[in-house]
Amino acid sequence: MIDTNVHLFQWPFRRLAADDPAELAKRLQERGVTEAWAGSFEALLCRDVSGVNARLADGCRRYGENFLVPFGCVNPNMPDWEEDLRRCHEEYGMPGIRVYPNYHGYSVGSAGFAQLLSLAERTGMAVQIALSMEDIRTQFPLMVVPPTDPAPLAESIAKYPRLKLMMLNAGYWTDERRTEIDPLRKARNVYFDIAMNEGIGGLVRLRKATAPERVVFGSHHPFFYFESALLKVRSAGLPHDEEAALLEENARAFLGRG
Amino acid sequence: MVVTRRSVVKGLAAGLVATRIPAGEAQEARAATSFRAWDVHCHLGPLPGDTPEEKLGVLIEHMDRLGIERVIVSQGFEDHETHPTRDEVRLENDRVMRAVKHYPDRALGALYVSPDDVVFCLEEFDRCVRDGPMVSVGELESDVRCNSPALDPLVERAIAMNVPILQHTWYKTGGNEPGESIPFDLVELAKRHPDAKFICGHTGGTWEVGIRAIRDTKNIWAEVAGSDPTSGFTEMAVRELGAERVVFGSDAGGRTFASQMAKVVGADISDNEKEMILGGNLRRLLAPMLKAKGIRA
Repeated sequence: MIDTNVHLFQWPFRRLAADDPAELAKRLQERGVTEAWAGSFEALLCRDVSGVNARLADGCRRYGENFLVPFGCVNPNMPDWEEDLRRCHEEYGMPGIRVYPNYHGYSVGSAGFAQLLSLAERTGMAVQIALSMEDIRTQFPLMVVPPTDPAPLAESIAKYPRLKLMMLNAGYWTDERRTEIDPLRKARNVYFDIAMNEGIGGLVRLRKATAPERVVFGSHHPFFYFESALLKVRSAGLPHDEEAALLEENARAFLGRG
Repeated sequence: MVVTRRSVVKGLAAGLVATRIPAGEAQEARAATSFRAWDVHCHLGPLPGDTPEEKLGVLIEHMDRLGIERVIVSQGFEDHETHPTRDEVRLENDRVMRAVKHYPDRALGALYVSPDDVVFCLEEFDRCVRDGPMVSVGELESDVRCNSPALDPLVERAIAMNVPILQHTWYKTGGNEPGESIPFDLVELAKRHPDAKFICGHTGGTWEVGIRAIRDTKNIWAEVAGSDPTSGFTEMAVRELGAERVVFGSDAGGRTFASQMAKVVGADISDNEKEMILGGNLRRLLAPMLKAKGIRA
């Protein structure tokens, strides 16, 4: 089982049971995860993204070699962000990056983000966009961060046919009634995780609105209980082969390892 | 590694979710818990199907996949829950009674009313609860905040029949909807009626506030339904309230059973505490009404 959506270190507003990297790795392995793609909670608020990525790479190596796969952060609003992307790619050997447009204050339709996507496409780096981290209704009142609206990206996604793009924590932002993001749902290089997918039959609807081979397992652990994502899969009523694909094979295919 | 159904179910129940299950065996490993799970908070509205029976049938199909034994269903068939007319309230309750009549071993009905219409509210209580099949009240979700004295007659009627009341509450960053209750409103109501039993729907959503708000009011139970499955919710509720004051609810079909059940099966609490939260506490709350109506608990 590949979990495409976990984070290391501490959530800024709450202590979590698995916010110690060693404990996180232990818990995930106990639950049957064989590989976990990890971002860093520190990336949300720290301006020194280079330092965040160095600690993330070290934490993954130290506590989960060949298990925790680091996805560093690049903030295209910061000076010399290209160097962060280079380090993620060349120095740390990361297969991709994870970005937080809402926390870093830019639109996915901005010129800076377009440059980032172009460079990622050229270098073969996958890009995960965390559209949301937390329900806006429960956020700390002095730190309200609305979800990222993916709609502007729907207008430009056709420009990046070789880009490997994954939407994390999409939730209701990918509600099937939002037809304006249909180009994203239909793009063959855009994948979706299930962490914030909701509603009875929600997973089946997501697979129908996108494509079964582009929906991947992601837990958003330790912020969410890991069991949420697993039970969604277990209760979706999928055939064996499709369940196996969702749990692991689709993620491998996303990184071109299928 | 050979994983039997029994071992997987046991593992899930303990929070040790199915490990390394070969794909071919996963289909057999559906039940999320070996405990008797009863869900206090479901609605039929967001489900596929044209009739109440069809919608409840879909819900039961999903209950079976996670081993949920029973659900309590209330309003929400149509989206007029905050300010319904008398006819709309009657229709909502009729639909619930019609659905649970079709599946009496899997679902129980709960009353919906708009508390500002006091006379009709009590008539509907008598029709559906006293003289009908319903076993509890709520989710109450009208545009009257629940600290209003308008609720007092309904609460007195519920006390007389020993019926718990599930009250919708949220404590939203950015502000609630007009008339939407917060946990502090329910505390006011509960303090006026110490003999009543209240379930704090969603525990305010912002559960770190909601749990603290109700902590000192012993006739309020926390309910885990209808918010994101954020880690720590159930552990804090058990720590601050005791497991005996926490009940499982999902808010399905708007929410999945999976994400809401995960709050309990994934929590770092004992098996005994999980058993209480997943069903034991609710069965105890409902026991007088179930007994009175001859329903097996």
